[in-house]
Amino acid sequence: MSEEQKIPTRPLPKLTELDTAEFWRGTKNKEFRYQQCANCGTIVWHPRAHCTGCVDGDLQWQTSAGLGKIYSFSVVRLSYHPFFRGEAPYAVAYVDLDEGPRFLTNVVGVDDPAADVHIGQRVKVHWETHEELSIPLVTPV
Amino acid sequence: MASQRRDAAIVGIHEYPSRDVEGKISALQMKAASAARALADAGLNWSDVDAIYDAGEGAPMSGLMISEYFGIQPTVMDTTGVGGSSYEFHTAHALQAIREGKAKVALLTYGSTAHSNAMAIGAGGRGGGVSPGDNMETFAGQTLIANYAMVAHRHMHEYGTTSEQLAEISTATRYHAMRNPEAVQAMTDLEFVGIQETTIADVVNSRMIADPLHLLECCMVSDGGGAVVIASADVAADCRKAPVWILGTGEATKYPQNGGDITTSAGAQSAPIAFAEAGVTAAEMDIAMIYDSFSITVLTLLEDLGFCAKGEGGAWVEGGRLRFDRPNDGPALNTDGGGLSSNHPGMRGIFLLLEATRQLRGESTSQVADAKLAIAHGNGGMLGARHSAGTVILGRN
Repeated sequence: MSEEQKIPTRPLPKLTELDTAEFWRGTKNKEFRYQQCANCGTIVWHPRAHCTGCVDGDLQWQTSAGLGKIYSFSVVRLSYHPFFRGEAPYAVAYVDLDEGPRFLTNVVGVDDPAADVHIGQRVKVHWETHEELSIPLVTPV
Repeated sequence: MASQRRDAAIVGIHEYPSRDVEGKISALQMKAASAARALADAGLNWSDVDAIYDAGEGAPMSGLMISEYFGIQPTVMDTTGVGGSSYEFHTAHALQAIREGKAKVALLTYGSTAHSNAMAIGAGGRGGGVSPGDNMETFAGQTLIANYAMVAHRHMHEYGTTSEQLAEISTATRYHAMRNPEAVQAMTDLEFVGIQETTIADVVNSRMIADPLHLLECCMVSDGGGAVVIASADVAADCRKAPVWILGTGEATKYPQNGGDITTSAGAQSAPIAFAEAGVTAAEMDIAMIYDSFSITVLTLLEDLGFCAKGEGGAWVEGGRLRFDRPNDGPALNTDGGGLSSNHPGMRGIFLLLEATRQLRGESTSQVADAKLAIAHGNGGMLGARHSAGTVILGRN
């Protein structure tokens, strides 16, 4: 297959990135996990090896129910990325999970992202499966 | 003000004139050419420079090679690289080094061939990358503008800000750009459509790039460069041009946080530090050079810097308030034409210092009569994610 014929694909996280690899390994089982410190209670996001709330951190993995609401969003109409160029228009959003973590994702399962996505909208995680991991997109509840 | 210190001043400036070097000039060459002109502007020479500041955009390990390239022997080196606000950070650090007696003449340079290299940093470009956080975010295809657009959406949601209000930023900067021959040439070279003053309707009717931000709310992608020479008071006394004093500086950073408010930037932290040191207030500013990557950047920063209360920026900018010929209404915004209409090679912070200096010297193409005080505020990184804020307060004799 020549270069021209390759179908562009979504850029996937690297399982070799040491702070975040454990999160991504969990997504293979469609688990949205986040860290909470057993010493001070801080919810740490993005995942990392140390607690940002205390210096005696003891980070434990928790599993989110995958429900939350949209904090803000934009509809991307212009992208030069080979994959996302073909996806436009698509919605990018910050989502506040009910347990606390705010993560960046896409809102899918809507006909018209400009009309059907709103700040404050309730959403749930919708997994897009790949070979070694799954991607946590969201869709309106 | 009795407590105000005048220990270091901007004594030399140069803005590289071309915004499209067609691949014939390198970023390093632009830096050196600008440095030479800025030193000449001050009446100084390479051999006078004893402090070098470099954001690392010209070459890898620039701190190691830039002195050799310029042919100088500095004893203070600073390679702070925090994106577009790096030059406000450099100014702050140069002031400190001069106050401590470690340096007398500091040189800041910038060069970029972002346009020639077709580097996608503007409307459709992908967001920059810095941290493990990226490994959590790149899958979502967030463009740089989409991040700023999320700030705009949230600002609209919380405070009722409108696209027409945001468009005031674009029309004010274009109004100034049309008076600046270099900005007009830049728009011509970059093949802008409609090189003329714009109306609110022009802006809100331009193509949507990332909702709610339109094409005319986005900075251009140009080539460009420049240099600033900062000197101690005793050196400044013998320079060719009147000194523009560095009265106060502030630095801060902000990043995504659970439950955080993205309608407030790190500028809300850096600005009070700078104003307190300078012993002046936002209301006294004649000139506001505020990083205009996008319209929302300026609106957010006007609030964060203290020109108006959080959430009131939309109403505050209405009616052309930020134009240079409305001096009784507030500061003149980005009188060179800004990143929206004059140049944006990727890290615009140095141009904020250049135009603020021109205003306080009386050399601007949109000159505010008797301008005495200016603020230059740089925002590096992404406004709605991880970013840096550098505030510099400048004053003339």
